[in-house]
Amino acid sequence: MKTLVKLTALACLAMGANASAGTLEDVQKQGYLNCGVSTGLAGFSQKDEKGEWSGLDVDVCRGIAAAVFGDATKVKYKGLTAKERFTALQSGEVDVLSRNTTWTNTRDVSLGLNFAGVVYYDGTGFMVNKKLGVKTATELDGANACIQAGTSTELAISDYFRENKMSYKAVTFDTADQTRAGFESGRCDFLTSDQSQLYSLRIGLSDPSAAIVLPEVISKEPLGPVVRQGDDQWFNIVKWVVNASIEGEAQGVTSANVDEMKEKGKPANKRLLGVEGELGKNMGLSADWAYNIIKQVGNYSESFERNVGMDSPLKISRGLNAQWNKGGILYSPAMR
Amino acid sequence: MFQKKTTEQIKAATRPSAQKKAGAFYNNPQIRAIFYQTLLVVGLLYFFYAIVNNTLTNMEASGIKSGFGFLSTAAGYDILMSLISFESTDTYLRVFIVGFLNTILVSAIGIFFATILGFIFGVAYFSKNWLIRTISTAYVEIFRNIPLLLQVFFWYFAVLAALPGPRDSLSFGEAIFLNVRGLFTPKLVGSDGSTLVYIALGIAVVGIFVLRSWAKKRQELTGQQFPLLWGSLGLVIGLPLLVALFTDLPFTVDYPALKGFSFKGGITIIPELMALSLALSVYGGAFIAEAVRAGIQSVPKGQSEAARSIGLKENKIMSLVVVPQAMRVIVPLLNSEYQSLVKNSTLAAAIGYPDLFNVFVGTALNQTGQAIETIFMTIIVYFILNMMISFLMNRFNNNVELTGR
Repeated sequence: MKTLVKLTALACLAMGANASAGTLEDVQKQGYLNCGVSTGLAGFSQKDEKGEWSGLDVDVCRGIAAAVFGDATKVKYKGLTAKERFTALQSGEVDVLSRNTTWTNTRDVSLGLNFAGVVYYDGTGFMVNKKLGVKTATELDGANACIQAGTSTELAISDYFRENKMSYKAVTFDTADQTRAGFESGRCDFLTSDQSQLYSLRIGLSDPSAAIVLPEVISKEPLGPVVRQGDDQWFNIVKWVVNASIEGEAQGVTSANVDEMKEKGKPANKRLLGVEGELGKNMGLSADWAYNIIKQVGNYSESFERNVGMDSPLKISRGLNAQWNKGGILYSPAMR
Repeated sequence: MFQKKTTEQIKAATRPSAQKKAGAFYNNPQIRAIFYQTLLVVGLLYFFYAIVNNTLTNMEASGIKSGFGFLSTAAGYDILMSLISFESTDTYLRVFIVGFLNTILVSAIGIFFATILGFIFGVAYFSKNWLIRTISTAYVEIFRNIPLLLQVFFWYFAVLAALPGPRDSLSFGEAIFLNVRGLFTPKLVGSDGSTLVYIALGIAVVGIFVLRSWAKKRQELTGQQFPLLWGSLGLVIGLPLLVALFTDLPFTVDYPALKGFSFKGGITIIPELMALSLALSVYGGAFIAEAVRAGIQSVPKGQSEAARSIGLKENKIMSLVVVPQAMRVIVPLLNSEYQSLVKNSTLAAAIGYPDLFNVFVGTALNQTGQAIETIFMTIIVYFILNMMISFLMNRFNNNVELTGR
């Protein structure tokens, strides 16, 4: 599978079949969106027993489909490991990558990719077995770490231990499930990853209460959707799908009241929902693009609470991911 | 003088038609051949040039960085196990070397044990004992028919992960410890004078070869046999031991001890290496056992009957008559088994053993995003590695091949 993805990438680059421009037309022509997600991470992208995908990252895919087709279900999901994800996007195998991916300079600048915003502000954290009796990360000198290969965590953890003049052994696995299995077997003393992932991996343990997440957050990990460089129209669409959901929450537009707001709302509501102005048309979308997103997927708050927040098994509080005027740093540029 | 004349005459007689049929030059088959071959070579060269050029242009157009400059930048991540020193401030080139050495290590271990297992079970197939024969058949059928990845997972997640944690390790005489973090054994650390012991070991190894050729010569001359195995063992163990005793044992033993989270000191064999080596050896061994069986079956029955009639013992018949002839069939098969074993070692990624594929195509590719360069370098490595195996095995094959007289 991995090799296949990579070989496809090489082949595409070699043959010049690189679909960089006109992604919107391509997507419209094929009738669905190819969205790259994780191979299974509770709260962000996971498949249920009926084969339906859900999660915060999945909601970005659904939002794009709602904006482009007016139908949030027109998505084909592709589960990718951390190692496969960029190649899959570069080669055109997926149209957008929404797979808890950290926005870093190297990825943005030298991989031929563009990050279209942030849907979750995260940071690297630690999960340890309660039995170990460790209270803070500074007690982890000489410990073994379970890490997923090909992630920015690998770099963050190395920096942290070097900074604090501590040593550790990095045991790297291919997928999140293997990493968790390694941790569960006792191969490592702690599992390190983005904090959100730690919570989601923890509920997958056979005894979640046996593990605790340490308070330290040692790096900035802003997670967001990624598109190929060189197609500004598509880049704009994905960027503003993310913003529409955040702006929806800021304006108090929810999936429940969106019809009412569309008719009786303030001018800003009407502009967002396409009654006034030409926001949709300028992007090459229909006027009701944002209406469809909020109606079918919900605003940011609904999506957050449903997938990772209080209405989910993860019970993550909003923290940094609250609106800017509510103690967080979510701030959509002006929708006008 | 006379000879030279004849060769010239022969040449003249067999020379292509050029002089005889003085047709148009394009009808000359030699010129035609050269023309078409040149055309093919130019065509191929252009084809590859076009691919490379197109790739580079496309990469530049889509903003993907290219080139091998990344090799000299710091990697910034750590590797679980390395045969040479490695820190996260070292370069990607060093990552490449670390991965390469780890691949060589696990492949060598795998090839070594797979060969031993293969020969044992391959020969056991012909045992007169029902139990041994059945065990041999069962081994081959079970391990040959289960996907290798599953076997890797089995050894890693089912067998080795079931071991106790470091604080309740299984200990053997308080010196060797086995737990979920791996196998911890004491290490001999040489002090002053240990060099002499190493030199003695070197001399002993050379001595074995001398002993072998001496014994062979003696047997050819007098028919007397020399117990070569015991002689060699005695030499390789006895000589260094003797030197060590005379130099007051210039070694200290570094025992592993539980410190903090895990064992420190001694030698650590990580479970990833154990699981992968086990899986590769057992899986490869099953295939080699079949190769050995095929080889033995290819030796006509008359050969062992003849050996029996001159009074050779059963085990001598196997080792002196049957197996040497069977090698002609076995060696070419071994060649491809060894090559697949090396390639199969890339399954390391599944359990986190830091082989070349895992640390380079896995992590380095992802951190730098330079897929083409990293994959290209890795392909070359596996290609050369397998070419080398092929070369060595072909040399070996020439030795055992039936020489036409």
